[in-house]
Amino acid sequence: MMQGQQRRNLLGPALLTVLLLIAPLMIPIYWTMILSEILIMGLMAISFNLLLGYTGLLSFGQGAFFGLGAYSAALMLQGGYENLFLILFVGMLVAMLAALAVGIFSVQLDEIFFAMITLGFGMLFFSVAHNWRTVTGGSDGLPVFSLPSLNFFGSQLTFYAPVNMYYLIFVLVFIGCSLLWLIVHSPFGLILKALRENKQRVSFVGGNVKILRIAAFAISGAFTGLAGVLFCLFNNMATPEFMHWSFSAKPVIMSVIGGTSVFLGPLFGAAIFFVLEQIIIQFTENWMLFLGIVLVFIVLFFPEGVFGTLRNKFFKQGSK
Amino acid sequence: METLLLNTLNGLSWGMLLFLIAVGLTTVFGVLGVLNFAHGSLFMLGAYLCMQSMQYFDSFWLGLLIGPLCAAVLGVLVEKYLLKRVYGRDVSYQLLLTFAILLILDDGVRMIWGSGYHVVDPPAILSGIISITGQDYPVYRIFLIIIGPIIGTLLWSFFHFTKWGKIIRAASFDNIMAEGVGINVPMIYTAVFALGTWLAALGGALAAPQQSLVPSMGEKIIIESFIVVVIGGMGSFPGAFVGALLLGLLGSFGTVFAGNMQMAIPYILMAAILMIRPNGLFKKGV
Repeated sequence: MMQGQQRRNLLGPALLTVLLLIAPLMIPIYWTMILSEILIMGLMAISFNLLLGYTGLLSFGQGAFFGLGAYSAALMLQGGYENLFLILFVGMLVAMLAALAVGIFSVQLDEIFFAMITLGFGMLFFSVAHNWRTVTGGSDGLPVFSLPSLNFFGSQLTFYAPVNMYYLIFVLVFIGCSLLWLIVHSPFGLILKALRENKQRVSFVGGNVKILRIAAFAISGAFTGLAGVLFCLFNNMATPEFMHWSFSAKPVIMSVIGGTSVFLGPLFGAAIFFVLEQIIIQFTENWMLFLGIVLVFIVLFFPEGVFGTLRNKFFKQGSK
Repeated sequence: METLLLNTLNGLSWGMLLFLIAVGLTTVFGVLGVLNFAHGSLFMLGAYLCMQSMQYFDSFWLGLLIGPLCAAVLGVLVEKYLLKRVYGRDVSYQLLLTFAILLILDDGVRMIWGSGYHVVDPPAILSGIISITGQDYPVYRIFLIIIGPIIGTLLWSFFHFTKWGKIIRAASFDNIMAEGVGINVPMIYTAVFALGTWLAALGGALAAPQQSLVPSMGEKIIIESFIVVVIGGMGSFPGAFVGALLLGLLGSFGTVFAGNMQMAIPYILMAAILMIRPNGLFKKGV
């Protein structure tokens, strides 16, 4: 029965994967680029939700790790290191080490205090990126002039065309999400959920709350860094804004819009966020005002996020 | 010696503004349990409303009186129709709701007053410059340094010596018990949020003559007042005072010592204090 349930749960994601694979063939270039952005921010939001939805930690400093990934990629490309795998590896590693350091100091706090200290650390990275002009380019950011290419069965694959870039992003986001899915459904993921429900009990049965939380924070940081690397390649730019708290608010918004209790919820949240933006900016410059109104509406009327609430309404299954 | 004095005065005047913002934030958190992301936007709104009513009545003092009161009315509506619905919900929903209010206020102000700079002149009596040990110093900042502790003392006396103040403290200490002894807790919540809004807007109105008005002016101060509230101890009145002065002085002296990196000082301070005392310097207790 467990097997049947698992199989049914995989049907949706499989369908989504196929749709995302063929999407660029059917939509205009502009929307392919929007879709690329949705995938990147979706990966960031899903790795953020490893903390909020699964571990019960509200991090308000994810932008720092996203930015560190982006800056690592930009610095390596400027320095002439053009191996894609090396860039991905270093970007994730740097973000993970930073998350490890921040995590060690932050995880003893809970709820709003955790949100505040991570916000503080995020802004610490922001002020360094913003003021250390010689390395980070200050508020102008670091531009990227050449993108890495890939040797694909003998032919050189470049990523300057938006469609090629889309597939690169798609493959890496797919791998990232699959790894996160495996983590969430591993025994480790189960302990994280236990932490969310009651950390005292985890500690009573012998779990080391601090180390478990640090591990979750570092993993989340690494995948957020991966999203940052991808965004730097996509955007040809790393800027300090990635580390600002208002950027760190984005995965929070996306996760809550989509629903924190569903694995792919944050990805849907990202999609809703970007599509809304595209629709609203056609009518008005004041997109923030309308985003605010939509957010108020969602917080008040969709207690489990749009996706989560709809799912519960139609399938009446509350299991996580 | 002169730079020391001037830096101290600068730090104190900024610290006093920060105190007004932080004390509202901390009181709202202490009683309602909600950390209000939109608090900085209410500060910004206060500055704009002060400017508007000042133009209407042609008096800074009337602007200072009426602007924040208008904001407080808005605060009542926000609490009654929005915040009330998220008490007891997950922290992420509370933060997101107040963040949404921030977006609406910032963009709303941009729609009404435009995104350009506005300037508010201080009243004639406070607009001059006085000489302090040979250095010229704006009178208005001295006024801020004096008015801060006055408002602080009035608030503290209100909380400690009046019936209403005591009721608010009771509700913040244990709201179920307060309800049990016949206190109308939902009304207290509304009143406290209105008070917090009024304080933020008053801070904005007081800040208006010494900084230019832009819709994003709330962003810097909200983050700094978060830090004040966190290092002072969430919900603590003296904590807000000490934290605000500490941050104000560090801000003005930081430029001397750390130059470019002074932006990072508040965050380092916050991380350091939270590691030593996870609940901040002072215990909760309005």
